[in-house]
Parts: sequence; structure tokens; C-alpha cells
Amino acid sequence: MTEQGIGASVLRKEDFRFVRGRGKYTDDINLLNQTHAIIVRSPHAHATINSIDKAAALAAPGVVAVLTAEDFAAFGGLPCGWQVIGKGEEPMIEPKHPILAEGKVRHVGDPVAVVIAETKTQARDAAELVDIDYTELPAVIDMREALQNAPAAVHDEAADNQCFDWEIGDRAAVDAAFEKAHHVTTLELINNRLVPNAMEPRCAIGDYDNASGEHTLYTTSQNPHVIRLLMGAFVLQIPEHKLRIYAPDVGGGFGSKIYHYAEEAIMTVAAKVLERPVKWTSDRTEAFLSDAHARDHITKVELALDADGKFLALREFTLANMGAYLSTFAPSIPTYLHATLLAGQYTTPVIYAEVKAAFTNTVPVDAYRGAGRPEATYLLERIVDKAAAEMGIDRIELRRKNFIQPDQFPYDTPVALTYDTGDFEATLAPALAASKWDSFEERRKEAAQRGKLRGIGISCYIEACGIAPSNIAGALGARAGLYESATVRVNPTGSIQVLTGSHSHGQGHETSFAQIVADKLGVDIGSIEIVHGDTNKIPFGMGTYGSRSMAVGGVALSNATDKIINKATKIAAHLMEASAEDVVFEDGIFKVAGTDKAVPFGDVALTAYVPHNYPLEELEPGLEETSFYDPKNFTFPSGSHICEVEIDPATGELEIVAMHATDDFGNVINPMIVEGQVHGGLVQGIGQALFENAAYDSSGQLLSGSYMDYCMPRADDVPSFTVDHEVTACTHNVLGVKGCGEAGAIGSPPAVINAVVDALRDYGVTHIDMPATPAKIWNIVNQGATAQAAE
Amino acid sequence: MYEFEYVKPGSLDAAKSAIAGAEDGKLMAGGMTLIPTLKQRLASPSDVVDLGGLGDLAGIRKDGDSIVIGAMTRHADVAASADVKAAIPALADLAEGIGDPQVRNRGTIGGSIANNDPAADYPAALVALGATVRTTKRELAAEDFFTGMFETALEDDEIITEVVFPTAEKAAYAKFPNPASRYAIVGVFVAKGSSGVKVAVTGAGPAVFRVPEMETALSGNFSADALKGISVSADDLNSDIHAGADYRAHLVGVMAQRAVKAAG
Repeated sequence: MTEQGIGASVLRKEDFRFVRGRGKYTDDINLLNQTHAIIVRSPHAHATINSIDKAAALAAPGVVAVLTAEDFAAFGGLPCGWQVIGKGEEPMIEPKHPILAEGKVRHVGDPVAVVIAETKTQARDAAELVDIDYTELPAVIDMREALQNAPAAVHDEAADNQCFDWEIGDRAAVDAAFEKAHHVTTLELINNRLVPNAMEPRCAIGDYDNASGEHTLYTTSQNPHVIRLLMGAFVLQIPEHKLRIYAPDVGGGFGSKIYHYAEEAIMTVAAKVLERPVKWTSDRTEAFLSDAHARDHITKVELALDADGKFLALREFTLANMGAYLSTFAPSIPTYLHATLLAGQYTTPVIYAEVKAAFTNTVPVDAYRGAGRPEATYLLERIVDKAAAEMGIDRIELRRKNFIQPDQFPYDTPVALTYDTGDFEATLAPALAASKWDSFEERRKEAAQRGKLRGIGISCYIEACGIAPSNIAGALGARAGLYESATVRVNPTGSIQVLTGSHSHGQGHETSFAQIVADKLGVDIGSIEIVHGDTNKIPFGMGTYGSRSMAVGGVALSNATDKIINKATKIAAHLMEASAEDVVFEDGIFKVAGTDKAVPFGDVALTAYVPHNYPLEELEPGLEETSFYDPKNFTFPSGSHICEVEIDPATGELEIVAMHATDDFGNVINPMIVEGQVHGGLVQGIGQALFENAAYDSSGQLLSGSYMDYCMPRADDVPSFTVDHEVTACTHNVLGVKGCGEAGAIGSPPAVINAVVDALRDYGVTHIDMPATPAKIWNIVNQGATAQAAE
Repeated sequence: MYEFEYVKPGSLDAAKSAIAGAEDGKLMAGGMTLIPTLKQRLASPSDVVDLGGLGDLAGIRKDGDSIVIGAMTRHADVAASADVKAAIPALADLAEGIGDPQVRNRGTIGGSIANNDPAADYPAALVALGATVRTTKRELAAEDFFTGMFETALEDDEIITEVVFPTAEKAAYAKFPNPASRYAIVGVFVAKGSSGVKVAVTGAGPAVFRVPEMETALSGNFSADALKGISVSADDLNSDIHAGADYRAHLVGVMAQRAVKAAG
């Protein structure tokens, strides 16, 4: 390991601009002659649009245009990127997701019209003058009701509001295992709906050059090429060479900026119609009503065990909320990114899951930090705890008894995945030690003397990053490839541009990706620039989500760098009049083994571009290489998270007194950045477990539509985390990396809730739904106290 | 926000005539509620009369046994005031716990009590300490000042000038914050002063209210134990997605006990 290479905690290069407020976000971009758009959104959850009168808005000062669905009649709807095939080969129902509402609105916030004016204030003023006559329809909000006693159909195509009814696993084998089980544990739970809340709201600026015919869309995206493909090919039919998507600095995404949103298509079209740039920036209220929401499962799970506590079978029945329309990757989240993880760290031999997806009059739901895996980990790690309590087996012991052992890898789970590697005891043991698990009962007693209820909880998770390979994903319904690209461009004077298809929106790629190149080429990290986000610069790439950047994009970069070394070696051999086989490359210098001949990398770079002494017959000039990498398998990070809480029974107030994570991310490129990713993930997981909840009333109004009511975790809500990692290197990529972006949010919610349930064990509590708010906890304590008083 | 006329008078007289002359004017102190309301287009006053230019209205002074706080005094200044800390430390503590640092450095006591948000902190202190609100027209006892949810006895063209707090022998404020907004779900201010013991509750109901049963109990025995068994009816209390009325009623008891303990 060098100071700047793989494994070094290099300070983040990008922070030099971020901490000085010099980042360049989409909203920082202002174009000459720019106009401003305000979206008129539905105030109703479900209504027919009888008429839209634009006249008053059009007459308002500064208004340039008012656009409605009819202005987009020539274009397609927003496409869904994953087709789930349900039971009986029944494909999911895929109703059109119009750019602007066509005759009907289906959730509060559904875009109906666009007002474009010279200034944002003029557009906002005029937006209030768009006169829309609605007839309200009954709203479908609750998923259970949507699928059983629906007051209405969200889409005519799905009269029963069911999008799909999907299953995985051998139901007959699972049912048979339950028949002969010694013990069956059952748990019903809700995985609460969340709002992603990236710090930077979404923004889109459309621009059209009527000389070149080129469209440019500046947008807050995690994956500009995916947007170019979806919007260009499926929505607007703009050839890709005439469509540039540029996502500059992006202030957080957590999944919510993966998707192709209506506003991107609207600004692109409007800019061409008006022949002027059109800019839209979401405000926070709009973000609550239009950014894809997350999670929202209602689940029943059952675990069958033998008398010794060995898991015999698991079955899950889940209702998953799709919201009003299918967001870009929504159908894949509760299916292939969820139920395939139900083995967890355990040898459960047979598993069955049934997932029914419902349309409701709510904001569409899609991937958010963890995407399906937090839901799987939560139900699994909760039911393991419940089973342990019911059977009187120590919860750590029960987990250990069922762990997949290191010598069982590669391990085929009964739910389609093959784990390539892992060592679960290797993360469990240090986590138990670091959290002083064995002496916890002393702390519980001490807390009790202070009138506090103390509890400890653990979660042993495994997750899957870097969806792959493309052909398998395609067979499962993905309508896109899942490789990544990288170009390494060595400039004549030796500086290096890396053009990556991955996208950084907080992950620190400008540092960690540069470390890979610095490590391999022996050049200074300061001479390497990571370029991302601009489809006119970078090779076609799939972007950043699913903790895939290092495991897929980083490997593509490593491969491209290897190609550079390979070619540079040949050039160096020529310069040293040696055979390429005899040339070694160490610390940035090419040497002929056993001699004192040496050529530094910079000389080779210059020679490649000034090829006067160069083997032109055998080798092209230049030093630039591209690699596309399609992984052979997912990567499987795993670990143990432990949470310790203290509850004040008088109020239900809860304090997390300690939180520890031992993770196995395979090899780690930058430990400091990885630790930061874990911290952020833990906070978001704690947010889901204790604070966050997107609550709708029965008419479909979002009750928690601002920070007055939607509770984000704050710095003073969390303790100082302790974080460490163990390494089992990924076996199928050259870096041995697995991915770390989502693990914190995947592993932590059940650790927190298990701790809460443990703290409340004397009240007979076996489960508490997230978020475990003080009010909820107090109700449990109070009912317990009332029951005791009655006895 | 919608368009409005903005005026920043340099004297109280000019402010009085500005608000009196406005068709549908609104006084702005720190603007911590008004500005977000305007930005969300939930209010459309014809005129905003910014009191920020009235330096005379900001400041804290001792007046005999009382602490007098100018209407434009910011929460951060109350929290940091040596006079307040010495005379009524509970009031400084309360100010220190309002909102966040940005709010405390902009928001004022006059703005807060004029708005009378049911979850604001100051109303509990005013009522429990038996404060007097001085305005451009009169003096009002705190209990006469706060009349209902977001309602006060203020007339449209009446401006708060200062608040007079009698010192208390013992006083403390205990708040259970809303986890999202950090406003009070329940806040209880307990004070023992020359006019006896007062227990004032904010957050729980539509507006600040006193709990006579607790006051009686504490008058005889100023200790948390004296409050045991005293419950507040949930009937008229607030209920929302964060806390039901029963929970709020219960928290009144817990916060009252905490406040008494803190008051010593």
C-alpha cells in the first residue's frame, strides 16, 4: 500500500470545492435567455380532469407558455425498466405513465400542467391561474384495501389494483417442511414508507441548439446515460447523438435520482418548442410529492425450525406498494432485489416468497438506499430474534447454529443467488466483542436502577451489490445491461483523465477511483482527474446505484488501466530495445529485469503521442484505453450490526447509547470513505427504525409532507458509531471489492428494533413496527402498566 | 411569496401609523414564522411592517424585582443574558431550547407571543411567571393576553413593546419536543413566586393553560411527589400523527414532575 494507493485513507479531493461552497450543482447553472418552469400539480389523490383553462395563465405577465398533456401527445409515457413476470407466466400490468396527466390524476403531486415564464416568480404566479376542473374520485390508499375491497381502480388496466402476483421458491417443499417442523414462528410486520430527502432537490434544465439540432439536458441524475437511453429512445425519440445529458455535482441521491422523471422530458421538449432554455428546480414540498418514495411493505413471514433450532424453511407473503405509476425500477425492488436475499446468512434449505404489488393513489415507490435488501434483512433478522425468544434459545447461538460455514462457499441459496464468499463468524465475533455483548446484563441492571429500560439488539445481514451479469438480469426482466465502462486517457505530458460511467453524488469517486489508477500506474493522485456525468464526454455507462460503483465501475477502471500498462509496456520495451516479456513495471517506472535500463511512465506517455522512436508497424500511437466490465455475479457484503438502547418508560423516549458495525466489504480502497459510507447508512437505517414515516390520510393527502412532520434523523439523535471491517475478498472481480454504500441502511434497522424489543421484553412485547416512536413505545409501556395494575 | 409593500419604520410612532394605515398589514419581528408562511404563499398581507429598525424595543433590563425584556429581544440574547440567568434562570433555559441556533438568533419574544403558536415555549413561561405584556395601548396580564390557538388579545394595530417578568423563588421548564419539528409536544413551566405556585402547559392543548390541581398540590408541598396521582384530562388536548391526546395528557404529568425537580 502506498500513501495514495489502494487501501490508503486519502482525504477526499472533491471536498476542496464542496466545503468551500464551490460545487457546481444543476441549479447553479443558468443559461442565456433562460425561462423558468413551474409544475402545476394535482391537489387530489384521484380525480378526473374535466377541463383545463389556460387563458388567464397565458395572459399573465411574463408567461411564455402553458403546456398540458395535449402538448405531449406525440411522445410516449415514462417507461419502466424492469418487467416482472408473475405466477402463471402472467406479465405485470404496466399502465401508461404519462409525462403530464391525461384526463386523470392519480396522486397528490401528479403533474398536470407546466407554466413557463420569464422569471420563476411570474411562472409561480401564473401557475395559480391555471383553472383545472376536477371531479374527485374515491382514493385508493391502503394496500390491503386496494387489493381486496378497492373503492376504485387506480388504472383501468388493473381493475383489482394488482400490478403483479409473483413468487419464488418451491412452495410445496416449503409447506412440507412446515408440516413436520418442531416449531413455527410467525411475524407480521410493516416496512414503513420513506421519503428519500436528498439534500439537493431535483432540478432539470432543457436546452436546444437549433443550429446543430442538439438537445442538452442538465439534470440531477445518478445515471445520465440511462436517462439518455430511456428518454431519447422510449419517450421523445431523439437520436442519442443529438441528446446530451449532463449531471454535474449532485447533492445526494440514495436512489431517488436514478429514475427518469417527467420533468426531464418536459424541459427537453419545452426547450425545443420555445427555442429557449427552460429551467425547473423542485422545492422541498414538491420533493415530498414527486420524488419516488421507498419501502412500504406489509409482510407476514413464518420460520420453521427443528427441535435444535435449525431452520427448516421460511415463507414470506408480502404486499408491496407501487404507488400510482411504475417508477423506473420499481417492480424489481420487492422481487429480485428482495426475495433473493431471504436466505440471509443462514442455511435455510427451502424458502418461498409471494409478493403481490398494488397500485395506490400515492407517490410512486422505487429503490432507496438498500432497495429490497433492507426489507429482506429486516423481516429475517426480526423473525430470528422472535424464534429465539419463543424457543428459549440464545439469539446469538441460534444465528451461529444456522450460519453458512466458510467451507460451504460458493453457496447456492434456495432463492436463486450463489454467494461466492463470506465468513459470518468473522464479523460476528469482533462485533460482539466491540459491543461488550457478554457483559450487557450488567448494564441492563445498572440502567434499571436509574429507572431506565436498556436493550441490546443484533442484526447479521448479507446483501447483494452490483446486479449482474447482464444476461441473467435480462432473463429476470431487466430491460438494460448492467455493466460499467471506463476510459483511461493518458495525456502526452503524463496527466490522466479517467472517464467513468459511474456517477458520484457524495460517494467520493474522484478520490477512490483515482487511487486505483495511482496505485497501478505509480503516478501522483493529483495528476488524475475523474470525469463523470456528461454523456458527451464519458463512454456509455450505467451509473451509480445498488452499491455498484467500485464493484463494477472500479473494476472496469482497473481493467482499462491494465490495458494501458499492457500497451505502455510494449512502448517501453521498444524504447529500451528489449522484449516486452522482459519488461517489468514498478512504481511508475518500466525496467528491463536484470539490467539498469529504465524508462519512466511519463516518457512512455510522451512517446505514445510523439511517436518518432516508436514501433508504428506493430502498435498504434496514443495511450487511451476503454474497458466495459460485466460482472460474473453479484457481490455479497455482509456483517453484524449491534445496537444498544435505553428507554425512559415514563415518556417512551429512546436513546441509542451505542451502535457498532463490523462489515465485510471485501478489499477496501479508501477506509476513511468506506467508514463515512457506513456512518451515513447507519443514520439512514436508524432514521427508518426510529423516526421516518411517510403517512397518508385516507383521502391521500401526505400528512408528513414537510420537516415539521417528517422526522429526519439528526446528529444529536445518534451516538458516535464504532465501525470496523473484516475482509473476505470477492472472488470474481480483480479488485476483490464488494461495495459498501447501502450496507449501513440494510443492517441497522433490525438491530435497532431488536434492541427496542429486548428493552421492552418485560412488557411482553414481541414486535414493534417502525418507526418506534416515543408515542408508540409509551403506549406499549402504558398498556403493560395498565395490565399489571389490573392483575 | 405574493407581492406586498415592505416598510421598515425607524420609530414606534412610525410603526404604529404604518400598521394602522395598512389595508391588511402584518407586523414582522424576527420573521421566523411569517417568512416561511409567506414563502409558501399561505399568507398574503398587503403590507409587511418590519419592526427590525426599532432598536429601542430590543434589550433586557432589571426593574426592581422584575426582568423586563423588550419585544424585539432575540431568544439567543435572553438565553445569554446574565440578568435573566441570575434572576430567572428557567427563562434563560427555555430560550436556549427554542428551535435551532438560526431561529434563536432571529426570533424574538414579541414575535413568538404575538403569534401564540400552541406549541411555542414562551407562553408557558409568561403564564406561569405571571408576566405582564406591555403594548402601545395598554398592559395585559399574560393570562388575558393569550386567548386561543394563534389568538391573542392584541388589536390589529397594537404593538407589543416589552414583557415584564416578576422573578420567582423557584422555576423550571420541561419540554418534550416533537421529534420532527422540535416544537413542544408538551412543555410545562412551573413557578413558585410571590403570587403562589403556577403550572402552565404549552403544546398539549389549543393554547397555553394552567393546571389548578397541580398548583394546589405544589402550594402545600413543592415536590415532584406532590404531583403523583394528579392527571390531566385528555378531552380537550391536541392529537396528531406524533402524539395522541392520552399521551399528551400523560406527558403533562411527567413534564410537570421534571420541572418541579429541576426547580429544586
